[in-house]
Order: sequence, then C-alpha cells, then structure tokens
Amino acid sequence: MNVPELTLRQVRFTNKAFWRNPASAFFTFAFPLMFLVIFTSLLGSGTVPIAGKDIKLASYYVAVMGAFAVITACYTNIAMSVTFQRDSGVLKRTKGTPLPGPAYLTARVIHAMLIAFLLVIITATFGKLFYSADLPTGFSLFEFLAMLFIGAASFCALGLAITGFIPNADAAPAVVNASILPALFLSGVFIPIGDNAPEWIKLIGRIFPVKHFADGMQAAFLGTPFYWRDVVVVALWGAVGLLIAARKFSWEPRK
Amino acid sequence: MTGASDLAIDIRGLTKSYGPVEAVKGIDIQISRGEVFALLGPNGAGKTTTVEILEGYRTRDGGDVSVLGVDPATGSRALKERVGIVLQSTGIDPYLTVSETVALYSGYYPHPRPVDDVIDLVGLDAKRNTRVVKLSGGQQRRLDVAIALAGDPELLFLDEPTTGFDPSARRGAWDIVKDLAALGKTVLLTTHYMDEAQYLADTVAVISQGTIVALGSPSTIGGRDVGNTRVRFRLPAGEAIPSLPGVLNPHEVETEGDGFIEFDAAEPTRALHELTGWAIEKGVDLNGLEVQRPSLEDVYLALTGGPSTEEQGEPEPAGRRRRRRG
Repeated sequence: MNVPELTLRQVRFTNKAFWRNPASAFFTFAFPLMFLVIFTSLLGSGTVPIAGKDIKLASYYVAVMGAFAVITACYTNIAMSVTFQRDSGVLKRTKGTPLPGPAYLTARVIHAMLIAFLLVIITATFGKLFYSADLPTGFSLFEFLAMLFIGAASFCALGLAITGFIPNADAAPAVVNASILPALFLSGVFIPIGDNAPEWIKLIGRIFPVKHFADGMQAAFLGTPFYWRDVVVVALWGAVGLLIAARKFSWEPRK
Repeated sequence: MTGASDLAIDIRGLTKSYGPVEAVKGIDIQISRGEVFALLGPNGAGKTTTVEILEGYRTRDGGDVSVLGVDPATGSRALKERVGIVLQSTGIDPYLTVSETVALYSGYYPHPRPVDDVIDLVGLDAKRNTRVVKLSGGQQRRLDVAIALAGDPELLFLDEPTTGFDPSARRGAWDIVKDLAALGKTVLLTTHYMDEAQYLADTVAVISQGTIVALGSPSTIGGRDVGNTRVRFRLPAGEAIPSLPGVLNPHEVETEGDGFIEFDAAEPTRALHELTGWAIEKGVDLNGLEVQRPSLEDVYLALTGGPSTEEQGEPEPAGRRRRRRG
C-alpha cells in the first residue's frame, strides 16, 4: 500500500475507535450540540448589535456553535487524544512500524476535520429547522467553506502544537481547557460580543484566532461582513502551530 | 566464526550517555540469524538503551550498529518492514478488538502473516472479537507479541516480555518464543529473569553497568561448566565443622540457621571423598547432602555484583530461590 492508501485506512480505524470511546463521542460530538440547544433555548429571543445590525441571538448561537464545534473537534479532541496515545505508548509503538509518522498524524487530522464538518452540517440543519437560519449560498458559501477548511486545519495544527507543552495525560484536560476556555469566552463564543463590548476584550479577540474564525464562520449565516483577513490571521496561527508541532512534538511519553 | 552476512545484529563498540550518565560503555554483540539471544542484566544495566538503539528509537553516541545489514539510525522504512518490536511498556488502542488491532498493524507491512494465524499463534483465538480494554494484562502482552508478528518479521525484539506475569502466563509466553525460534526467527530478548534466559536463549550476554561482563551459552556462561561445585549438608548434632585441609576450612564457611553448611569445592571428587570419610570415621550421617553446579543465577549474581535492590518487590522468578552467602 502506498502512503495515501495507508493514511485513508488509518482514518477508518481512527473513526472506528472514536465512536466506541464514550468520552470522545460525548465531549467532541454531543457537547457542542448540547450547548447549541441550551443557548438557543435560554437566550435565543434576545438580540446583539453586530456591524450595526441587531442580530437575533438564536441565529447568533446557531452560527457560533458551528465554530465552537470545529474548535472542539479539532483543537481539543486532537490535543487530548494524541496526548493520551502518546502517554499510553501507542505513538511509540506506531513509530516502530513502517507506517510513516506524518501519515499517522495526517490521518488523525483528516478524521478530526471530517467530524468537524459533520458537526457544522448538523448545527446548520438544526438552525434551518428550528430557527429558519439563512444558509450560505453562492460566493458566501465559498467564503464560508474557505474559513471552515482553513480554520479546521489550523486548529488541528494548534492542537498538535499544544501537546508539546502537556507533560502527561493527567495534565491534558487542565492544559487544554486553560488554553482554550478564556479564548472562547473573550471571543464571543459563549457570551455574544457585540459592537458595544469593552475595548480590551475586542483587542484580545483581534490577537487570538478564535474571534477571527467565529466571525468568518458567522458572516454567511448572519449577513455580517466577511473579511479575508480573518482567514489569513487564522491561517497564520495554524502555520505557527505547525512549526511548533514540528519542533516540540514527541512520539514517546515525556519523562 | 560467522560471516557478516549471517549476522542479524552486529554491534561494535556501542556507546550511549544520557548527560553525565554513561548508560552503555562500549559493547560488542554479534547475533546470528535464527538465534535466540538473551540480554540479561539488572534494571538500569543498559539493556533497554541498547535494544532501543537497535530498534531505531535512540541515537547512539559511538560505535557501529547493523540490524539486518542496515544502520537503524537511518530510520529506514524498509528495515522496519522486516522487524517486529515488543516494547517494555505497552500501548494499544483500547476500543478496537483483537482482530481489528492485528489487522490494523498487518496493513503497514508488505507481506503480513494472515491475521488469524497470528492470533492463533499467541493463543488469543478465543478473544478474537474482544475489545482490547476487556483483556487481562497477560492477554494484552500476548497481543503485543501478535502485533509484533503481524508483519511476519525476520527479527523480533522482546523487551522484558514477561515482567509482571504469573508463572503460568510466563510458561505460555515462553512457548510462544520457542515456536518463533522453530519458525527460524531471530529473537533478541531482554530479561532480568535467569530461568527465562536459561530456558529460551541459545546465547546469553550478561550486561552490568553498561558493559557486557559475560557472553556464552546458558550452560557454559561465566565458567558455569568448569566453575566450583557447591556442596551442602546438615551438620550432625553436637559436631563442630570439620577441618578438612584443602577442602573445607571451618573459618570460611557459614552455618545457616537451619544447621546447613555450604561450601565451594574446586575438586568435587576429592571434597566428597574427604567429607564422607570424615563422617564415616565419626560414625555420623550427612543428612541432606547435596552437590550442585553453579546455577545461572549464581553466575549472574557474581558477575553483576550481588542481588539487585531494585528488583525487590517484583514477582519472584518461577525458579528456585536460594539463600545467598555474603
């Protein structure tokens, strides 16, 4: 088998194991969908001003939970599962086989991105059915897909990068949550950030990739402006993540 | 002498340090194709470092290393296709079944063994459709071996394959290794169990503090075949330890708590003659008289400088345990 065939085969086995693991199936798959239902049910009737328009919170959450699902499936899922595989010795064992290391990691990234896309489709369908959300069409669909693809890949790269800073599997949830939760809150994923948010919060949103990604994902749903610079910032973060991963990634448990 | 082409593994002058610690201090090992070779030594002797250099996990500091004619430091994929590795600590995806796991790893190799064959070989046929998470520790270790065999390797590395096993599981694992040897595989195993090396290996190397201190077949290593014979008997009640010039000096032997006396005899025939002569003259019986060649364990302990404190608390080897003299 050549390397692309081996990689696709590895994706299938990764997928099989993913759905049999109750923790990954719940936290990665059910969690964002649960948040979507809770937020839209509790807060859906309010509005938030974005780019001069009053946006219904139900639409806001449908759009932003898609972004949250991608971050969970790519960043959180990759960081946690790869750390666990590293600490349990699966990565070291794999390194001793003819399967090239990059093929193994690429398979995990492809799988995470497929899960992310599936979650976005479910989220959008949910929005369409219950809140008559607008779905992207035409050029805005292209913009949306570009952001989705670049964002998913970049958050996977960042997930691989952060494993280099996680000493062991026990520390994985703490390090991963500490690195992503503040960014999620300060980027309007759980609590909407509108035009009237404090300047320092908006500044933080401009530095980290989460707000850029969420804005790009929302644009097509909310009719807010889409900026290609959001895609570029997210891609730069992804590139930095890849560089760090290349230097810091370990195939063996860190002692 | 074996020619270079008959060697599965050729190590010359291998050195490796971790910071100031010299883990491997210049070792030479040649392993022929089809040989079962045991690297025996206490924890921290350099066994795993040596094996992980051969497996390509560690880079060496100095020396020449060839595995199936290839330098493992190159990370060659072609080499990995011909080698199976059982690591000391195991990691397998817990949510795949036994046969899915073996199938997953088989797929990495150009000429894999049939999955069912491999599962049968390690005796997991009844667990074929069981998820890894539900296997016992011993069964997971068998699966480790199955994964290493999936690609039908020419050479197999087994790093402490039976540590933590109960005696019957160890027997089972030994049978698997014997079967592999019968298939003509070259096996390099590390162990700190004497009986394991004795039972499985064609050749044993004893490694201590990063140096090979003895090399040979299990029956001749360390001069076992020509070494001192140990004589042991119970001292008859009321008798002092006899003084038998050239055989037994009362000041050099130790009386054990149960009244037994043990001494080493360079010339066992003469020693026994003198000893039994003394007993007949005194009209006493030498209860529990035993004559033993040094065991591999005796040789090992003499070579590695006494019982290792690190091994305390680990499962007792299935072999016989003997009281040591100081």
